Amino acid sequence: MTRSFLGWPAFPEAAEREVGNEQLRENVRRATRTIRGKRAVLAAERPDWEQLRDSAAAIKDQVLAGLEQYLLQVEEKVTAAGGTVHWARDAAEANRIVTDLVLATGEREIVKVKSMLTEEIGLDAALEAAGINARETDLAAAIVQLGDDLPSHVVVPALHRNRSEIRDIFAREMGRHGRPAPEGLTDDPAELAEAARLHLREKFLGARVAVSGANFVVAETGTLVVVESEGNGRMCLTLADTLISVVGIEKTVPTWADLEVFLQLLARNATGERMAPYTSTWTGTTHGDGPRDFHLVLVDNGRTRALADPVGRQALRCIRCGACMNTCPVYERTGGHAYGSVYPGPIGAILNPLLKGLDDEQTASLPYASTLCGACNEVCPVRIRFTDVLLDLRAQVADGGKHPVERAALGAVGATMARPLLWKAAVKGAGLVGPLLPARTPVPGWSDNRALPDVPKESFRTWWKRNEGERA
Amino acid sequence: MTAAAREEILRRIRAAAVPPAPEPPRHYLRHAPGVPDEDRPAVLALFAERLEEYGAEVLRADRPGPAVARALAEHGARSLVVPDGLPAEWTADWDGEVRTDRPPLGKAGLDATDAVLTGCAAAVADSGTLVLDGGPAQGRRAATLLPDLHVCVVRAEQVRSALPGALARLDPARPLTFVSGPSATADIEMIRVKGVHGPRRLAVVLLD
Repeated sequence: MTRSFLGWPAFPEAAEREVGNEQLRENVRRATRTIRGKRAVLAAERPDWEQLRDSAAAIKDQVLAGLEQYLLQVEEKVTAAGGTVHWARDAAEANRIVTDLVLATGEREIVKVKSMLTEEIGLDAALEAAGINARETDLAAAIVQLGDDLPSHVVVPALHRNRSEIRDIFAREMGRHGRPAPEGLTDDPAELAEAARLHLREKFLGARVAVSGANFVVAETGTLVVVESEGNGRMCLTLADTLISVVGIEKTVPTWADLEVFLQLLARNATGERMAPYTSTWTGTTHGDGPRDFHLVLVDNGRTRALADPVGRQALRCIRCGACMNTCPVYERTGGHAYGSVYPGPIGAILNPLLKGLDDEQTASLPYASTLCGACNEVCPVRIRFTDVLLDLRAQVADGGKHPVERAALGAVGATMARPLLWKAAVKGAGLVGPLLPARTPVPGWSDNRALPDVPKESFRTWWKRNEGERA
Repeated sequence: MTAAAREEILRRIRAAAVPPAPEPPRHYLRHAPGVPDEDRPAVLALFAERLEEYGAEVLRADRPGPAVARALAEHGARSLVVPDGLPAEWTADWDGEVRTDRPPLGKAGLDATDAVLTGCAAAVADSGTLVLDGGPAQGRRAATLLPDLHVCVVRAEQVRSALPGALARLDPARPLTFVSGPSATADIEMIRVKGVHGPRRLAVVLLD
């Protein structure tokens, strides 16, 4: 059975459960600190870092403004290069297209390159229901799959697991799916990577169908780009006879030269490397080299919904580097599962509501999974203003009646602030009542872990008048 | 079905009515910081430094034969696959078994070969990157993937200071592989482990 986030509790409830897991908190804290440190060093190495970010954000905005034209260009170029382009409105449609393509090859076991979109649409489960066994080949994705677990990070899906947990999963599960882990496997990371190499090598050599995502699709040339570290991507993209790439429509970039911006930003920001060990690009099929059949499935699944949101559409610039979650104080404490989605952290807090809408309680809770500290704004390579989008989504939640108390409270504050006399009276009243309030005003949920700050005896305006008066 | 989906997605995009975006600025560097392309010794020194930083071995030489033989011997390679048309001079100083990839060796044959020797299409000093495009002396992608040692011969003039200079010289119609150091992972506690599925060892012969 493939697990999913279906029916996941809202963020506060899920987060409460996760922060109780000390092992998890320790694993996430250690991993995010390590990546943050490496990223900071390599971003500082570039004196033109801010200029690269400016360009990346502007190129992505150009894509969003001309998306129809760029997608038609992708379709034309990929087709001309021998590929077949499919379009899918939603997850079910994308899963059906991929399942039919795999069934037509007659293969029942396929290999996959890690892809967040295929996680988002639940492709592995859909294939399983059709009798197709899709094996994940990225080390972290394989750890998640073998452990019947869920991803908790967009770059390092098994970031919540430490080495001894991974050792146990490998020792227990590898034999059930192919070559077993070596006898006496220890928790040394090099030994664990070697076990994965041996387990997966027979899958690569035997697989005739591979499924991938893509980091970028170049409209001008119809070229797909996959960035990876281990070589599992190269194996899948090169050794299979049939390659099916499932790609979100927002992954487009206009020109080949635009890659010079994104490829210089991505690895630096994601893993603290100048370039990831392997970047593969391909345009359709090439005679005598790699797959004979190439299918590109372009997927909407809520992206046009996000595109229609004037504030939120900037979330579609995202290149899935994961820096926002690595730097987020909320993510560091809750880990990724609390967000109930394959997209956790700050990007998850905005992207999930934008893709899915705010109709269910779980999704509507996500814009509140933030302290609005803005650390994510600072590290984002495409300059997504997370805090702007979070606030706008909170307003949409309140307007939609999901938070009636917040709406009423903010309404009252707004009305009072619009009337100076009323405001003055309210502030003065607060100063008088302040000392009478208990340190922990009983508001269920809110005051469990929070003390009320002291209310000043006088307002700033009064203090200013008094002090300026003395000086004059 | 896919035609209806296509129309529907394009209609939704139009309905989103995204306003036009300004032309993107391009004020970033086109070379590695402090290393312009014209400063050839600095470009080559940076290339070697970055390769070594990521665990690749660099052999600077004035002709390929002896350096290739040394790299293969150091790693104990006994069999070598080479793309069809590789200059014979490159393997002239080595006495191990050379398997030419014509007719193409099967996956199992490649997997059972110790090393692969190729040239490249371009290289990037800033990130220590080699780019293969399947052109002369490079062969198909599978051949540089399955053997555990990759020896790559780079001519000095192929090395650009930074990525923009290299991308401009590459043909996107060809299947390209950018290699920046040997295969690696940091998926276990963010500890870098060299060598997962791709070649675990990378040796670069840099011809000055």
